[in-house]
Amino acid sequence: MTPPSSSARHAPAIWGDFVFALLAWGAAGLTLLLLAGILITLLIGAWPAIDKYGLGFLARSVWDPGQEDFGALAMMYGTLATSFIALLIAVPVSFGIALFLTELSPTWLKRPLGTTIELLAAVPSIVYGMWGLLVFGPILATYVQQPLQNLFGDTPGLSALVSGPPVGIGILSAGIILAIMVIPFISAVMRDVFEITPAMLKESAYGLGSTTWEVVWKVVLPYTKAGVIGGIMLGLGRALGETMAVTFVIGNMSQLDTPSLFAAANSITSVLANEFAESGGGLHEAALLYLGLVLFFITFVVLACSRYLLYKLGQREGSGS
Amino acid sequence: MDASVQISSPPKLTVRDLNFYYDKFHALKNISLDIAEKQVTAFIGPSGCGKSTLLRVFNRMFELYPGQRAEGQVMLGDQDLLDRNQNVALVRARIGMVFQKPTPFPMTIYDNVAFGVKLYEKLNPADMDDRVEWALRKAALWDEVKDKLHASGTSLSGGQQQRLCIARGVAIRPEVLLLDEPCSALDPISTGKIEELVAELKNEITIAIVTHNMQQAARCSDYVAYMYLGSLIEFGATQQIFFKPARQETEDYITGRFG
Repeated sequence: MTPPSSSARHAPAIWGDFVFALLAWGAAGLTLLLLAGILITLLIGAWPAIDKYGLGFLARSVWDPGQEDFGALAMMYGTLATSFIALLIAVPVSFGIALFLTELSPTWLKRPLGTTIELLAAVPSIVYGMWGLLVFGPILATYVQQPLQNLFGDTPGLSALVSGPPVGIGILSAGIILAIMVIPFISAVMRDVFEITPAMLKESAYGLGSTTWEVVWKVVLPYTKAGVIGGIMLGLGRALGETMAVTFVIGNMSQLDTPSLFAAANSITSVLANEFAESGGGLHEAALLYLGLVLFFITFVVLACSRYLLYKLGQREGSGS
Repeated sequence: MDASVQISSPPKLTVRDLNFYYDKFHALKNISLDIAEKQVTAFIGPSGCGKSTLLRVFNRMFELYPGQRAEGQVMLGDQDLLDRNQNVALVRARIGMVFQKPTPFPMTIYDNVAFGVKLYEKLNPADMDDRVEWALRKAALWDEVKDKLHASGTSLSGGQQQRLCIARGVAIRPEVLLLDEPCSALDPISTGKIEELVAELKNEITIAIVTHNMQQAARCSDYVAYMYLGSLIEFGATQQIFFKPARQETEDYITGRFG
């Protein structure tokens, strides 16, 4: 047998790498351009409102299209309160789901359960909205809101949170629907990062006599904190931006006159969905676009906060020193 | 293989008729041997012979994984470790383990060492400081880290990380320390330090070490067990195993004609 001749070799073409690099640069650059474009469009569209109210827009709780008088505070409150309630419920539940799937579940249950939870993420948000309005809302009103009112109606401090008609739509129901919608995202990310924790690291903790809870809480969670917080932020991002489901169940009242969780309210996205089509240009449309800009800003701040949180956590572990 | 090999000091761990299964695969076959107290027992043999599996039976680590089961007896003193009624976390707190690769927890050096102690003992801060220093000194790491106890455990070099893991294991004052190829990811100098450490620690702790390195087994052990395909082929004093092994298979493996 003759050995293969080495003369058949030729240098790789230079243009292949060049074209590839150009495409990659282009893709990355396009993202930045799009982001800048969206920001600029929002700024231009919102300019009449920015010009009129300045940053004071953020502190005004009036929203009266009839009088052409606008402020963002009520919707910012709606967006932040519903998202906060959503995370308050979704984070512990997702942690439990992820912990069960990675550490406790029998093997035969892992796949079906995991798939079911992922399927929840595939349900269209409008379906959650309709379900929330027609099915969940009445149940919430009868079995949660009324008992809560009976229980805390006279408790100072708490009574304000549960005041108002228990009709099953409002901040609380929007928050709970959002929680159901973000649980699949957060738990899927948590499960994935828990699974990449090296078995040897977990065994080391078990080897010192730790219980499953101690291993997960003290070793797995710190080890995967970047991923876990990333997952929570993914969920929060979805909760802040979710439109359809929230519009169905939040009640659409642009007022901020009660701290009650049962009160109908508006989030930034729900007011945009409800009013944008009939705003008819002018200051109303500019105010709505300004709201969009505010949402943009809130998301940005939330992301920045998560970065800072990670940095602080890293310092506590000693990686900063 | 019978358990007739005599060890000169009293046994700390007594293994009798131990069988182990990964689902249907019979991974350990009728293992019986005694592990001498405050001595080093080395387990050698080709990959897949069951030596790591045996170590993982001693602290019931296998129970984390469904489908793995052990039958037989592993006595620590007068208690059967495999007895379902024995609290598995307590068993593991009595038997420390160090793995092939360093596994520092994502926390400070100090917290790494204190981790296991906090699980079972309530120490006031001063006592905890003493315990951490004691364990780090035992692991010959104190001088290198005493000025950066609150730096991350993962910031240390590989050899230091492995000694940190040994300190972490020693800090809970276990009766037995299991070392599963503790030097396989380390350079020769770090390996030398770990071996010195083993010689030092055996004054207080019973040590079982799995190793692929014949010289290491010869250097730092008092007894050697040669395993092949899940069976214990030969067990005896290190001198005897290396200089006049009773079985041809053992000699072939040790001299490098096999494995």
